[in-house]
Amino acid sequence: MTAPLAPASAQGDARATAEQAAIDEAGQARFDALIEADGRIEPRDWMPAAYRKTLVRQISQHAHSEIIGMQPEANWITRAPSLKRKAILMAKVQDEAGHGLYLYSAAQTLGIGREEMTDQLIAGRARYSSIFNYPTPTWADMGAIGWLVDGAAIANQVPLCRASYGPYGRAMVRICKEESFHQRQGFEILLELSQGTEAQHRMAQDAVDRWYWPSLMMFGPPDDESPNSAQSMAWNIKRFSNDELRQRFVGMLVPQAEVLGLTLPDPNLRWNDETRSYDMSDIDWTEFHEVLAGRGPCNAQRLQHRRQAHDDGAWVREAAHAYAAKQAAATTEQVAA
Amino acid sequence: MATTTDQTAPDSAAPIGRPAGAPDASAGRAAPVSHDISMGVEGEEAHGDVSVDELALSVELSGADGAVATPDVAEYAMWLGDDALILAQQLGWWISRAPELEEDVALGNIGLDVLGHARSFLRYAGTADGRTEDDLAYWRDEPAFRSAWLFEAPNGHFGDTIARQLIASAFQLELYRRLADSSDPALAAIATKSVKEVAYHLDHAAQWMLRLGGGTDESHARIQQSLVDVWPLVDELFRDEPVIDRLEGVAVRPSTLREPVLARIQEILDAAGLETPNVEPSMAGGRRGSHSTRLGYLLAEMQVLARSHPGATW
Repeated sequence: MTAPLAPASAQGDARATAEQAAIDEAGQARFDALIEADGRIEPRDWMPAAYRKTLVRQISQHAHSEIIGMQPEANWITRAPSLKRKAILMAKVQDEAGHGLYLYSAAQTLGIGREEMTDQLIAGRARYSSIFNYPTPTWADMGAIGWLVDGAAIANQVPLCRASYGPYGRAMVRICKEESFHQRQGFEILLELSQGTEAQHRMAQDAVDRWYWPSLMMFGPPDDESPNSAQSMAWNIKRFSNDELRQRFVGMLVPQAEVLGLTLPDPNLRWNDETRSYDMSDIDWTEFHEVLAGRGPCNAQRLQHRRQAHDDGAWVREAAHAYAAKQAAATTEQVAA
Repeated sequence: MATTTDQTAPDSAAPIGRPAGAPDASAGRAAPVSHDISMGVEGEEAHGDVSVDELALSVELSGADGAVATPDVAEYAMWLGDDALILAQQLGWWISRAPELEEDVALGNIGLDVLGHARSFLRYAGTADGRTEDDLAYWRDEPAFRSAWLFEAPNGHFGDTIARQLIASAFQLELYRRLADSSDPALAAIATKSVKEVAYHLDHAAQWMLRLGGGTDESHARIQQSLVDVWPLVDELFRDEPVIDRLEGVAVRPSTLREPVLARIQEILDAAGLETPNVEPSMAGGRRGSHSTRLGYLLAEMQVLARSHPGATW
């Protein structure tokens, strides 16, 4: 960020503009060199306005996704079927709040406040991952979310550990470590269900049937329809294309589904020796766009839940601010006396 | 800046969850097969060493292995286990609903701690007649629970939860501190581990009492009302029951906790500018299986899934 210049005259204006142009030119050159060398951009470094804007959008969306993503799983904390599962689930959902916090902090280094981001979210002006607009009607959804949704998130996010913006990349390292535990616990839930009673097995298969396609959609539209991807790849924010990551993810799922004894709901899924990748059915993007447009099963409910928590807590936050202000005033008085 | 990612790091090498003896799904397949769940962590990459450090996790539940509780000790362990379990069940509800993200994390942490205490106490209680912690949590009906009414008090708003937590943590802190000297090694071990955690819970509640008591007029009025509402349930915590007479040196006599626990709470309320409520105590009888209206709903929710699948494991 550069300091705002406040010249007193037209002549001053011209000089200031020239100075700013020189700063921008030198900054751009240094930025380009850093990106070229696969180096890291840090908060105090000069950066193009569009780079900053892209990061704020991406990181805040990511943070919102963590926060909204707490709801589908929090839904089962009070009903978890064993005390051990209850403990694991509480720890997992709590991790997600922690991820939201790291990410909001990373976004704050770019000059946006947490309150502003929160306001955007609860006013419905910000995006979050549309996968969280699906409901979680059964316990097996806890397994499928861990295995498929967290799995897809990891596939998307591990490359982000190398994102060119330092605070984002570093936050992602920590998040990915925790996500990998989350995926393992999801896999384990499904394994236990799949090998359990018939009813439990059916519950597991039903959850995989419901979450498989939405999890593949988490990688975003096909490469030729992804408007922001090229620039993000040039800036070393994004490292692999949507389709590359999706293919890699499916390659990971197929053998794991065999271990689970569960079927992935795609009759056309098979290994293609020629392309060295999996052939699969076309994704039905209509549903994705419907959910994205706000017509998913739980879009309104998710925002309402977040808004209510925020509104219900307003008096508590006000109390904390008022208390802090009184303490600060008392300290100042003491120092003055 | 460029670090070489160690491909042998546990995260990039460890297979997930294949059960012992399960067939290797990769055998004879042409596909690139891996149970590796880490994606894109490859040797040449510049940033992002995503390896999960191997941790020696501490023992999940505390308490002496192999010890068998007598029926009286089991009854007492159930008092403490049920208090903690019901509190954990209530705190878990807050995750995703707290006034700040930091409080989602804090209340979640406290809930996890007390759930750990509950599991340790209930596991030990179950040794008396061969039941597991889950048998006790999920398959007992309301009258078989031994929780005090304080722990069953509804979450209400954040102030209600904090008022309940203040009393609960002050009570548990003093109780566990003394129980650490119990002649029963299992109870002593559980108390020794739990007391450190409860000290943090009390501090968390005390910090919020200061802020709500000394924040705005609204917060002061609300938290004062929360205290008044929950205060009738304080007395039950200090009531002795016949089983206590049979557990001299093993259990902590509840009536001996009254003075130190109330003194500690008083100190915090004074600092927060709040008044100790002057209200009549409830006849609450949780230790004898007579519970508040709330418990039935709470158990219905907690037990519904487990009871829908008798005999299943999870």
